[in-house]
Amino acid sequence: MKDHPHTEQAIFDDQEGAEPILDKTWLSPPGFFGWFTHVNQRQIGFRFVVTSLIFFALGGLLALLMRLQLVQPENTLMGAEFYHQIMTMHGTTMMFFFAVPAMEGLGIYLVPLMLGTRDMSFPRLNAFGYYVYLIAGITLYLALFLGMAPDTGWFSYVPLAGIDYSPGQGVSFWTTMITFIEISALTAAVELIVTILKQRAPGMTLNRMPIFVWSILVMSFMIVFAMPTVMVGSVLLALDRTFATQFFVASGGGDPLLWQHLFWFFGHPEVYIIVVPALGIVSTVISTFCQREVFGYTAVVLSMVTIGFVSFGLWVHHMFTTGLPHLGLSFFTAASAMIAIPSGVQIFCWIATLWGSKIKFKTPMLFIMGFFAVFVIGGLTGVMAASIPFDMQAHDSYFVVAHLHYVLIGGAVLPFFAGLYYWYPKMTGSMLSERLGCWSFWLIFIGLNLTFFPMHQLGLDGMPRRVYTYLHNMGWGEVNFFVTCAAFLMAFGFLLTFINTLISPYKSRAAGNNPWNADTLEWWAQSPPRNYNFRHLPVISSRTPLWQKAPLYKVTGIRADRREIIITTLLDAKPQGVCIMPSPTYWPFVLALTVGFGFLGFMFKPILFVVGFFLSFFAIVGWLWPARPWLAEKPPEEGHPVRGLQ
Amino acid sequence: MHFWTKLNHKAIYLVVLLTLKLPLSYAQSQSAIQPATEQARGISYIWWSMFWVAVVVFVAVMLLLAWGLWRGKSKKPTKLSYLASRNLVIVAGIAVPLVTVICLVGGSLMLGRSLSASPPDNALEVRITGWMWWWQIEYLDENSNTIATTANELHVPINRPIQVYLESGDVIHSFWVPQLHGKTDLIPGRTNSSWFEVDVSGTFRGQCAEFCGLQHALMGFLVVSEPQAEFDAWLANQQAPAQPPENNEVLAGQRVFFEAGCHQCHTIRGTDAAGTAGPDLTHLASRQSIASVTRKNSRAHLGGWVADPNGIKPGAKMPMSQLDAKELSDLLDYLQSLH
Repeated sequence: MKDHPHTEQAIFDDQEGAEPILDKTWLSPPGFFGWFTHVNQRQIGFRFVVTSLIFFALGGLLALLMRLQLVQPENTLMGAEFYHQIMTMHGTTMMFFFAVPAMEGLGIYLVPLMLGTRDMSFPRLNAFGYYVYLIAGITLYLALFLGMAPDTGWFSYVPLAGIDYSPGQGVSFWTTMITFIEISALTAAVELIVTILKQRAPGMTLNRMPIFVWSILVMSFMIVFAMPTVMVGSVLLALDRTFATQFFVASGGGDPLLWQHLFWFFGHPEVYIIVVPALGIVSTVISTFCQREVFGYTAVVLSMVTIGFVSFGLWVHHMFTTGLPHLGLSFFTAASAMIAIPSGVQIFCWIATLWGSKIKFKTPMLFIMGFFAVFVIGGLTGVMAASIPFDMQAHDSYFVVAHLHYVLIGGAVLPFFAGLYYWYPKMTGSMLSERLGCWSFWLIFIGLNLTFFPMHQLGLDGMPRRVYTYLHNMGWGEVNFFVTCAAFLMAFGFLLTFINTLISPYKSRAAGNNPWNADTLEWWAQSPPRNYNFRHLPVISSRTPLWQKAPLYKVTGIRADRREIIITTLLDAKPQGVCIMPSPTYWPFVLALTVGFGFLGFMFKPILFVVGFFLSFFAIVGWLWPARPWLAEKPPEEGHPVRGLQ
Repeated sequence: MHFWTKLNHKAIYLVVLLTLKLPLSYAQSQSAIQPATEQARGISYIWWSMFWVAVVVFVAVMLLLAWGLWRGKSKKPTKLSYLASRNLVIVAGIAVPLVTVICLVGGSLMLGRSLSASPPDNALEVRITGWMWWWQIEYLDENSNTIATTANELHVPINRPIQVYLESGDVIHSFWVPQLHGKTDLIPGRTNSSWFEVDVSGTFRGQCAEFCGLQHALMGFLVVSEPQAEFDAWLANQQAPAQPPENNEVLAGQRVFFEAGCHQCHTIRGTDAAGTAGPDLTHLASRQSIASVTRKNSRAHLGGWVADPNGIKPGAKMPMSQLDAKELSDLLDYLQSLH
């Protein structure tokens, strides 16, 4: 192979005037067509966050439509079929297309910055994951606009979702797109794990890692163990529907409860997959606005790990009314109630941190304060629902609707919005308006309590969930009317934040590198960071690198003329070698298209899946085609072992 | 009145209504905290205990948080020492939740054990089968043979345990009468069971609680509890075949019933009608409601339902009928004669 011109004279990033070279090396090609080639972690992470927020808005609109239908008894605004479609799409959107991608997006954007590295481990896989997510989301919404959306609820219980009772394409769209989007979640999880374990800046031992990164690590491991079950479940359901395999059909020797076990073995950890990163955000924001380290680093980290483990032993509490034996169920009661302890430890670690601190109540901190109230209520009703006898009344009633929204809005959405206000300056370079933020917070906080608190009462009054209407004489009319009004109040609060994010780049002041005087490494980079994240890679010697008095040491000897990052050891982050990251390419996009073709084709003609398989094979060959000019190089000098990693 | 003042008045009215409403609205037909059985009372008791524990925990956490924040506002903010922080986390974050949770779990497991125990021997046995979107109710004798079939209206004697066997004919449903007991699912291929003992006479509404498709929302039923003697009379009537037509209108109505094909889906014991796809109509006129408690069982509602079931419950399997006015009137005469 001919020598690459770069190999003749290496340029290192610690040399004077290396910036233009770094810029050129890490460039994301501009232009419309360039957009499809990007692999830099910040671009991909930003896209995840923005796309998930768009799905959040769509899911919220669907919720408002549902509230309009329920505003009065026997309302005729929409038919049962359409209501069930938007109900299914609301749940599916919020769980699969908003919450998980939003948290992954924050992780993808922030983790490499917090670890002091220049990209994630598998940049192309990262881009592939994003396109898969985008294609899955667009397809499901196209189905909704064509009136072909799934209508069996976000947990698609069989046999209702089987071919006998749902012969249309709706459920096929659901099973296909759920399998498809979990590919995206799994790719993100794998990259995050490898990045966190192998790419920490030299000196960032595991016990110096920011708590947010710990939370993302726990989330990623949970994804790796939880998502495959829902993929298996939805593939089995697709096989039942397409080839009559009878996995879930009682008359054919299958069992409808098998679906519930598979679904909830994923479905319960899913809640914590969303909540754990949010807890990481809470720790981060509290630490910054108190200007002190979170009390009990080890306790907080171990609590998150504990939640991660225990959450895999709770799934049967979604099945307390299925007639399983009481003795077996009681283990799941105990495990569910046990979650109160790691949650309690974290809550009181935060209170100990806040105690007596001079706190700046900026918008992120307001959202965290809202989180405390709402999450504690959601947790308490969760402990109640862990009781088998009480759950027999509360299950599938509006009490559970109230509970799950308290947990997910309190435990995930409020911290996520805190994070949005907190990291927006880093992502865009400008601050969000505090005034709009304050209004937005109070409207959301008041709105959500007025919306969801009365639902506890509706549930105790016997209103089942997933009803498209209710009769006049049930006496649920007034409360439902009130709830609908409050839902619009809350929606208006969210709208203010959306407006804020859109106008702030034009109206507000520049953020500077570290507007909140935070301690983690992402604030050491420019706002917004350059494509190469850091001008120099740092060496870490404490848990709070930006608060320490000693200056940050810098790594030298990293080449600026190719995408080099440092690989370190798993526990102690001792430098191990240098890794060269791949450059922009179309192949991840092409592969996402061919895989998407295979999955969608399967719905209409199973043979198209085989066609998609071979198309994907060619795309993967293109992706892996050797393009490593440095392989022809002379053996590297001592101390600079070179490794290829695609 | 000025628009805004009007709106304000309305808002104040609404707030007052709601504050009055929240604690007082339990006087309803489907409330879990207005129990009428030992079983539902136990659950209601657990709920109120957990509710008050939760209130105390919530207030305590919020007060601690507020106290901590208030310490930061004072002129000389005092941060917690390491030891004080550690003790706060160990006591409030581990010890207190652990003890509370052990009490709650212990209490609820004890109640759960008694709820899941077998009923006493003298229990009345009923088989309930869920269909999209109605309930088939069969009374069983000692050998589990069906002695009477009805739909959407379960009559039970008071002060006698009722054992219900729950099965499904199509998708998963859930049997829920909040005033009598928590819910239990009806799952294809399985027979679940539940039992309760009503101690007052009355009518209690129940509803399907597991999403089962288009008309999940309107899949209600009634439980009527009455003294043993009244119940025995009711059951004896339900066991008997339908009375033969007494006059010409009713006879004409019966002819319409067969000509229009109603017998293909419905059973009327004592006639040739033996369809099983829809509810048993042998004693239709003795029921309080039609269409799974969606409408009262009056001549007008029954006529509307027969003429166009999908107008009341879109998606209902019963087809629209093509009867002229005379035929419909005769048919209603016949149906209303089925006491």
